[in-house]
Amino acid sequence: MSRLKESNTAMEQPHLSLVDLVKVFRDGSGSETRAVDGISLDINRGEFVTLLGPSGCGKTTTLRMIAGFEQPTDGEIRVRGENISRVPPFERNMPMVFQSYALFPHLTIFENIAYGLKIRKADREVIRNEVAVASQMVNLVGLENRYPGELSGGQQQRVALARALVLKPEIILFDEPLSNLDAKLRIQTRTEIKRVQHMLGITAIYVTHDQAEALSMSDKIVVMNRGQIMQVGSPEDVYNHPANPFVADFIGNANFLESRITAVGDSSVTVEIGGSSFEIRAERVYDGAAVGDEVYVSAKPEAMDISEGPGDLMGRVDVNSFVGATTEYKVEFDGQFITVIHSNSGGSVKLFHLDDEVAIHLYPEYCRVYRR
Amino acid sequence: MSHNTGGAIIGREWGLRGTIVIVFALLALFILYPIFSVLRMSLTPDGVFSFEVYRSVFAHSRYFLAIRNSIMLGMIVATLATTIGFLMAYAVERLRIPGRQFFRTLAILPIISPPFMFALSVILLFGRSGLITRHLLNLDVGTIYGLKGLILVQTINLFPIAYMTLSGILQGIDPDLETCALNLGARRTHAFFTVTLPLAMPGILASWLIVFVTSMTDFGNPIIIGGDFDVLSVRAYLEFTGMGNLPRGAALAILLLTPTVLFFSLQKRIMNRKSYQTITGKSARRSMLPVPAAATIGFTAFAVVLSVFVIMLYGTIIAGSFIRLWGVDWSFTLDHFAYSWDVGASTMGRTVFLALLSTPITALLGMIIAFLVVRRRFAGRHLMELLAMLSYAIPGTAIGIGYVLAFNGAPFRWSGTAFILVTAYVFRNVPIGVEGGIAALKQISSEIEESSTNLGANSSYTFRTVTLPLIRPAFFAGATFAFVRAMTAISAIIFLVSARWNHMTVLILAQTEILRLGAASVMSFALIVVVMTVIFVIMKVTGLERSQVFGTGAAR
Ligand SMILES: Nc1ncnc2c1ncn2[C@@H]1O[C@H](COP(=O)(O)OP(=O)(O)OP(=O)(O)O)[C@@H](O)[C@H]1O
Ligand SMILES: [Mg+2]
Repeated sequence: MSRLKESNTAMEQPHLSLVDLVKVFRDGSGSETRAVDGISLDINRGEFVTLLGPSGCGKTTTLRMIAGFEQPTDGEIRVRGENISRVPPFERNMPMVFQSYALFPHLTIFENIAYGLKIRKADREVIRNEVAVASQMVNLVGLENRYPGELSGGQQQRVALARALVLKPEIILFDEPLSNLDAKLRIQTRTEIKRVQHMLGITAIYVTHDQAEALSMSDKIVVMNRGQIMQVGSPEDVYNHPANPFVADFIGNANFLESRITAVGDSSVTVEIGGSSFEIRAERVYDGAAVGDEVYVSAKPEAMDISEGPGDLMGRVDVNSFVGATTEYKVEFDGQFITVIHSNSGGSVKLFHLDDEVAIHLYPEYCRVYRR
Repeated sequence: MSHNTGGAIIGREWGLRGTIVIVFALLALFILYPIFSVLRMSLTPDGVFSFEVYRSVFAHSRYFLAIRNSIMLGMIVATLATTIGFLMAYAVERLRIPGRQFFRTLAILPIISPPFMFALSVILLFGRSGLITRHLLNLDVGTIYGLKGLILVQTINLFPIAYMTLSGILQGIDPDLETCALNLGARRTHAFFTVTLPLAMPGILASWLIVFVTSMTDFGNPIIIGGDFDVLSVRAYLEFTGMGNLPRGAALAILLLTPTVLFFSLQKRIMNRKSYQTITGKSARRSMLPVPAAATIGFTAFAVVLSVFVIMLYGTIIAGSFIRLWGVDWSFTLDHFAYSWDVGASTMGRTVFLALLSTPITALLGMIIAFLVVRRRFAGRHLMELLAMLSYAIPGTAIGIGYVLAFNGAPFRWSGTAFILVTAYVFRNVPIGVEGGIAALKQISSEIEESSTNLGANSSYTFRTVTLPLIRPAFFAGATFAFVRAMTAISAIIFLVSARWNHMTVLILAQTEILRLGAASVMSFALIVVVMTVIFVIMKVTGLERSQVFGTGAAR
């Protein structure tokens, strides 16, 4: 009974909340940067939340405020409802994995991992055990007596992770921890991080500008731009139902076709592109659409295709890049460039050449309409 | 993305706040308050505020002359020393003349020598009964005491400062730029005058200013070889200690302090300018063009002559230690050693003891201030840096007079104690550590320390377990310099020594004044040996290279 009650309150109370968080930097000349501009966010216990956005959008600043390295200009950070603004960073117990790993170069791997435990005055025996467990968890066994300079980038990254995990934190912070690794190692390590986080039930806040990373790891993605939140949702949500053109572009590399609304029905809206009409279901159109509105129709590259034609929308191949299973075409249409990914599977693989006339197929069921 | 301005929220970290307050209090008590005391003394000669003292100083030709002389001497020496320093730096760093390592080492020697060692050997060589003037050439070139002797001695003493500054600058100028100018059709000399020299100009100016300031504030050489050529630092000392005219001594010290602080900050500005920094440390390659043989021969000859002269000055001191009566009786003797042992052994012991005592304190305080200034955000952070660096610019004479005035009576009755000597060492030498520490910290990503904080360490734990080990070379460089400067101090110390706590340099000065030049030579020689031994031990124990301890720019 009581356990049920406890978990209920835990459900009601977010683990970590950001409330109208603002950070303004003033530089020497007195000019201001609103690095974080009013962010509100609830994060539940055990959730893996990604802050995703282009460079300079305020992800690191947000994370550093959570860790206590920056004092918010305005707003609050709450842990289980309690404002922690006055708690100094070394009492927050939210270990962070830095992009640079920030390992202590003068300490061995063992001493690096044990660092936090020593501060907490753990027994030597306890330290030895905990470090061994953490090293095992991230496959570092046998390297304990080396110095960080003697490890590969991937190994250093795992030391940074172990050094955080060994503290058994409730919240762990990551700032682009994989960006210094090569592509293959990146995929391998992200699986590992996700596995450990899930196994230990830690709440994770993970900063990245790599959409693939965000989509594959997250329970919840927070898309940011210019210090503000553009959309919060599950990976499927932000991918399939982007809230605005920015998210559609950033997550799906969508194409945006200039268009106009010619008719509004009960359950659908008709738009006109290049002289042809397309009917799009109402839930994929913004609220309050009216005839005559200037709009964008967005379509992801994989939601389109090209053929020899003839078709409604005719274009010219400008770039073709063959990448194995698919070929990515850039097609010029009506003065715009549209990216289309054409599957090369199946028997008759047709490769189009530069300057070929091609027909563009638009599948309205995958398109979205945004106000222009 | 670097977060240089970063720094943890201080919040309720009481230990950190306490440290900041204590550091401020120390800087105020041991740097600001003494200077304030000097100013107060000079402005309230009879207890009431007046400019009378300054008026009388400018009215009397004797004081006015001292001011003029100091400035003239400074300008001449700065020009000569910077020229020689530049030629040496160019020869070593650019023309890569043979024997570079030797010349680099030689340039460090004058820095670790007692303050007036060259004056002593110049007297032995060129003085009234000088070996060269009197006995070898039988010349009567007039007296070496005065402007001539001072120019010679200070130029030899101070050109290494110019050399250190300028070799740093020259290393920073990409040799490819000169190559490129040649490639565009410039002749070699033309390339030098249109590319290298203009790029080195800020450094040349900075070096000129620092040599000027050092020459003006020099006390040891003028008091020994100045003769009738009166300079400010010596005049202030004589008025203050000799005549007991405290207000006038104080006023002269303030007149000495004003231009030095001004010029010093000017020098700092030049060295910190961005336009200059962008040309440093770019070229990974050290490819040099073949140098015309004539240039190599010319510059090598120049460097050799200079080195032979410097070595001769050292040799003279050593020789002087073994000669019964210089100029009169050239027979070999060990009497000077016996005498020096009797007179100087306990002073040497105490000098070394206090220098060793002050060294770790100075270095540690320097690192703490550097850490606070670079890595923590608090109101007054820039003020702390300024205060800590200030004592660089304050002439020793002003500090000495300030300490006497400030700590002579209630509530701070410390005159004649070892404590006042140690604090003088610590606060005069801490800027070297602060500067080195700041430079070292700027090389290290702040994320390493942040990650320590993030793992639960407070500021003091982070400083002890992460920062200090990471800036270890800066710590030991700061310590080495603090030791060397404590051992070779004189301008401030001469006001503060007592019968019980005497300093070796003051003792050597006294021996020179009673014309026991043999004993003065022995003691100078001994001082150099002790300093070199300690430096050697520090380098062996810490495993640091000479270049890490005596980096460029550390010459100050
Ligand atoms: N200490 C600072 N002082 C001044 N401006 C800062 C500071 N830190 C960050 N900024 C500015 O705040 C904005 C957000 O920076 P932030 O580091 O949070 O971006 P980010 O989203 O992490 O970008 P990236 O993906 O490139 O790491 C940028 O415009 C940056 O220049
Ligand atoms: Mg970032």
